[in-house]
Amino acid sequence: MAAREILGKMLEFDTDNHLKNRDDWNEQVAIELAKEEGILELTDRHWLVINFMRKEYMEKGNAPSIRKLTKESGVETKELYSLFPKGPAKKAAKVAGLPKPTGCI
Amino acid sequence: MKKLLILGGGTAGTIIANKLHEALDQSKWHITIVDKSETHYYQPGFLFIPFGIYTSKDVMKPKRDFYPRGVEVVIAEIDKIDAGNNRVLLKNNQILSYDYLIIATGTHIHPEETEGLIDGNWHKDKFDFYTLEGACALQNFFKSWEGGKLVLNIVEMPIKCPVAPLEFLFLADAYFTNMGIRDKVDIHFVTPLPGAFTKPIASGILGDILEKKNIRLTTEFGIARVDNEKKVIVSWDEQEIPYDVLVTIPTNKGDSAIERSGMGNEFNYVATDKDTLRSKNFPNIFVIGDTTDLTSSKAGSVAHFEAEILYDNFLNAVEERPMRAKFDGHANCFIESGFGKGLLIDFNFDVEPLPGKYPLPGIGPFSLLQETKMNHYGKVMFRWMYWNLLLRGQELPVTSNMTMAGKRY
Ligand SMILES: Cc1cc2nc3c(=O)[nH]c(=O)nc-3n(C[C@H](O)[C@H](O)[C@H](O)COP(=O)(O)OP(=O)(O)OC[C@H]3O[C@@H](n4cnc5c(N)ncnc54)[C@H](O)[C@@H]3O)c2cc1C
Repeated sequence: MAAREILGKMLEFDTDNHLKNRDDWNEQVAIELAKEEGILELTDRHWLVINFMRKEYMEKGNAPSIRKLTKESGVETKELYSLFPKGPAKKAAKVAGLPKPTGCI
Repeated sequence: MKKLLILGGGTAGTIIANKLHEALDQSKWHITIVDKSETHYYQPGFLFIPFGIYTSKDVMKPKRDFYPRGVEVVIAEIDKIDAGNNRVLLKNNQILSYDYLIIATGTHIHPEETEGLIDGNWHKDKFDFYTLEGACALQNFFKSWEGGKLVLNIVEMPIKCPVAPLEFLFLADAYFTNMGIRDKVDIHFVTPLPGAFTKPIASGILGDILEKKNIRLTTEFGIARVDNEKKVIVSWDEQEIPYDVLVTIPTNKGDSAIERSGMGNEFNYVATDKDTLRSKNFPNIFVIGDTTDLTSSKAGSVAHFEAEILYDNFLNAVEERPMRAKFDGHANCFIESGFGKGLLIDFNFDVEPLPGKYPLPGIGPFSLLQETKMNHYGKVMFRWMYWNLLLRGQELPVTSNMTMAGKRY
């Protein structure tokens, strides 16, 4: 288990490099995590996705798939990819301080 | 008489029907299976058809030959499940009531979900191999193809048999080598995943094999559309990849009857308790096979392991005893790697595929995550086991829950 310093605090990360403890997350931490992913600014649209993901996770215990995000968050797939380039579901989960979505293998 | 209704008589439905028919008292239980089709397809065999290794005859048998004697078989399309009233409506307006229901309607491909995928050239320069028609059309195409850019694209996860795309690539490499045109074929694997496979150790090993076989890999590519004029696939962030022939694994979704019943998630998969395999919402409904919303692989071997668990829990549930059997997500897949060799992976919800020996620790005869001739024979034997043991609900010489014995970690 790797620990890293974020905003002067040592935080623990899981093997996928996602935040380990949900309580360590706050909006400032999210901004730092986004920077690590190359997202320099979090806009209202980013927050809409992040908040949707957190709500889903709290209710269902699992971060949603891209398909679910598109269907229910009101953000189109195309925009999701521009907000969170490459893997939107995974990246948004990371910034939202959630574990990697458990897509099927 | 108590009524058990099984929806879908494919791999999972047939296995569980055979097991429960044997165990339930026939003077007290009436079992009915509903399926729209009379033919059982050995789907793992579809993989071999494009390369002329199997023909359609090798993968088709009448479903009835595998259903237990004494069950009622209804050939009709399911319209929807009315779970509140314990009944199922069929498209032919028939209504079937039940005391217990088992859902086993599987998952199927939906190429229409991707813009431009099915147009006039569907099954002409763009193919799937997850249907018999697609696999046969591709076999015809390959027979006279002289080479060019072959792109294999996974549209989105999850898909059934997630190793099948890799096997396709390995077999394509061997096929074009044997045809003497491998140098004219550029094989390119384009996936939305961050690597060749989802789990890190297997992903690394399989990625190395791709490289060794000179197969190009593009990761994190989310396909938005196909541009048929330019013959390119285009990602959501406007990357383009050119193809001469596109082999696609389209979006996989559960049956639309699940959607009509209001019982599915965004992929029409049914909310299932991961331990007991009972529906999360209805205590007299169980779910098995590809149509569950579990994160286990969607594979025939998984349906077999699930059947052992469901069987135990079902027999307890109907007697109002506590359910004790717990599914661990066990999956076990042979991966054909071409030139008469193969690999094997064995894993579950918590343990990723690891190297080692299987099923006997240290002995095998199969080797995990390693290319061997014996693993290839395992894959060849799987077809015999499928028709003769697996579908009939017979014991296989492996345990239903995964074991760590024999694995290196
Ligand atoms: C190319 C390929 C390669 C594969 N390779 C392997 C492998 O090597 N090893 C392995 O273990 N697995 C493999 N699989 C996966 C395996 O075939 C499936 O996981 C397995 O068949 C799932 O069983 P199931 O009963 O859930 O679904 P199916 O076997 O698909 O059965 C579903 C049944 O439900 C019926 N049905 C659905 N909807 C309705 C409706 N509305 N009305 C009436 N009937 C309906 C269908 O007609 C069908 O008979 C492969 C699959 C493919 C496509």
